[in-house]
Amino acid sequence: MSALLSLRSVSVNFGRGEKALRVVDGVSFDIDVGGTLGLVGESGSGKSVTSLAVLRLIPERLGWSTRGRIEFEGQNLLDLPADKMPEIRGRDIAMIFQEPMSSLNPVMTIGSQISEALFLHGWPNRAKRHARVVEMLRLVGIPDPEGRLGAYPHQFSGGMRQRVMIAMALACSPKLLIADEATTALDVTIQAQVLELMKKIRSDTGTAILMISHDLGVIADICDRVVVMYSGRVVEVADIRSLLQRPAHPYTRGLLESVPRKGQERERLYQVPGSVPMAGSVRQGCPFRARCSVAVDKCAVKMPPMFRFAEDQRAACWVSAEQSNAPVIEDLK
Amino acid sequence: MSGLIRAEGLGKTFGGTTGWLSGKSDSVRAVDGVSLEVARGETLALVGESGCGKSTLGRLLLRLIDPTEGSVWFEGRDIASLGASEMRRMRQRLQIIFQDPFGSLSPRRTINQIISEPLEVFNVVKGRKARRERVAELLTKVGLPPGYMDRLPRQFSGGQRQRIGIARAIALNPAFIVADEPVSALDVSIQAQIINLMQDLQRDAGFSYLFISHDLAVVRHIADRVAVMYLGRIVEIGSKRQIYSVPQHPYTQALLSAAPEPEVDTVSSRIILEGDVPNPSALPTGCTFHTRCPIAQEVCRVKRPSLDEVAPNQFAACHFAKPNPIPIG
Repeated sequence: MSALLSLRSVSVNFGRGEKALRVVDGVSFDIDVGGTLGLVGESGSGKSVTSLAVLRLIPERLGWSTRGRIEFEGQNLLDLPADKMPEIRGRDIAMIFQEPMSSLNPVMTIGSQISEALFLHGWPNRAKRHARVVEMLRLVGIPDPEGRLGAYPHQFSGGMRQRVMIAMALACSPKLLIADEATTALDVTIQAQVLELMKKIRSDTGTAILMISHDLGVIADICDRVVVMYSGRVVEVADIRSLLQRPAHPYTRGLLESVPRKGQERERLYQVPGSVPMAGSVRQGCPFRARCSVAVDKCAVKMPPMFRFAEDQRAACWVSAEQSNAPVIEDLK
Repeated sequence: MSGLIRAEGLGKTFGGTTGWLSGKSDSVRAVDGVSLEVARGETLALVGESGCGKSTLGRLLLRLIDPTEGSVWFEGRDIASLGASEMRRMRQRLQIIFQDPFGSLSPRRTINQIISEPLEVFNVVKGRKARRERVAELLTKVGLPPGYMDRLPRQFSGGQRQRIGIARAIALNPAFIVADEPVSALDVSIQAQIINLMQDLQRDAGFSYLFISHDLAVVRHIADRVAVMYLGRIVEIGSKRQIYSVPQHPYTQALLSAAPEPEVDTVSSRIILEGDVPNPSALPTGCTFHTRCPIAQEVCRVKRPSLDEVAPNQFAACHFAKPNPIPIG
């Protein structure tokens, strides 16, 4: 399968010159057509900024800048004139956010909000738009979609609002859906409903999904492949099975082990010491070394490159690479 | 184990007056006839979705809010009926740890001021210098360098602030601590640190926790017993082993199966509940869970099930709970 979206050495800087903070640093990964990729990391790991860079929503006027290549269907989005981006946003790449209340317009009915998205992306016919809106609301499981068109966001529960957001995002049949912590604010039984819906949509429409979450459980539920970020860098990329069964990076191992799981009763939870550094604050060596239980002298001096651990598994760790004799990957430019 | 704190028929109704615009009654039955007991040195986890009344129940047990009915027995006295000055003395023994490590510490006071305030108010440690020493001791206990005591909360990370909140809660050697979602706002790698710390402190000091959480994975690690709440009522309560391996209430079963775990090939048997939690100001008749229950029958719409013992020390409020359950999963 060919890549739908491919990031190569993408960096996002805040500020200029000496004081610039590198919030995202040399991120490379691919999403296949119809694939599902999870982007995992803790707060400040740069995962949301990466997704904003894909949509070119990084506020350049405020001193932010994006470097590298972000290729969508073979075209580098960073080379595109700014006025071309709105055509891609919403039509080819759609996004849903964590907070369904603040992402919907409170003074517009949900029917006209979804209809507006269609109108902006080449649906001039009112009757056709109306039919499409009803179809989308039915797809995401809103009861009585015809009757709910005139309702306002506050008249829906959190789970229902997130369904409306998904309906709006999918109305123009995007090729890629970016979901940024889309289920985090929901209760667990409602989260299960929304995850089930996203799986159904993936199989019905073939939309590729980039799922951003701090919750490896959510990622494991829906994704084929996973990218783990730490302090602005990709530390591991793997298919979900390899990542869960043979994590290569000590940070991934720590994340997996610090979650209490079924059938693993332990006296004490495994804990990663220290706290999460702000992205870009570690300027030399491996950003995880201060919290790493296996770090060696080399980790403080030189940032580890990506090593290949399996056909679809790469990780940036000197120690793990030496242990499993993993070769450096040269061709990720 | 002997009982430390016991709630009997505890209830709380908010509102109830008619609105001046709508003219309608809008009372919400947040907690409805809850009876439970927490033993000395025990951790009882209280689990449920948002709006189920778990935080209200926690605050009722500490009498941070007054109950509409029922009683709370703590160390042999009904604290719901204590006068203001007696209740004030009792507060030393009852503490709380909050969810939000950012909103629960005063931003303009130093860590020393925050932690030494209870010591000063209750006159437990006399003299500024002695209090500083006690604060240093408490900071060491929760894993923070004592040298940080003159800093302000904003100079600490979320996990460190939660440690400060814990130091404040244990400063007066309480017997009972309500921990209201203490790790929900923290990153995964930090959650484990705080849970381990809470367990270590409990082992040393022997106090009891009511650990309120929506996260069954976290509870699984820390709890001795688990109570599951739905719309203000306890629908199931039992030992950790009973709740996780032989859950009797369909809501407990759905909650357990809904939480995704970082495992491969586990998705097959998930129970997906339909619909949302009903509006608590217009509760369904009979069993309040019947609108979402996969096994609801006619009787569930009409008759409210009582919380009955289905196995030794395991209680479930369901017409179809089986007395001799077969282990699942």
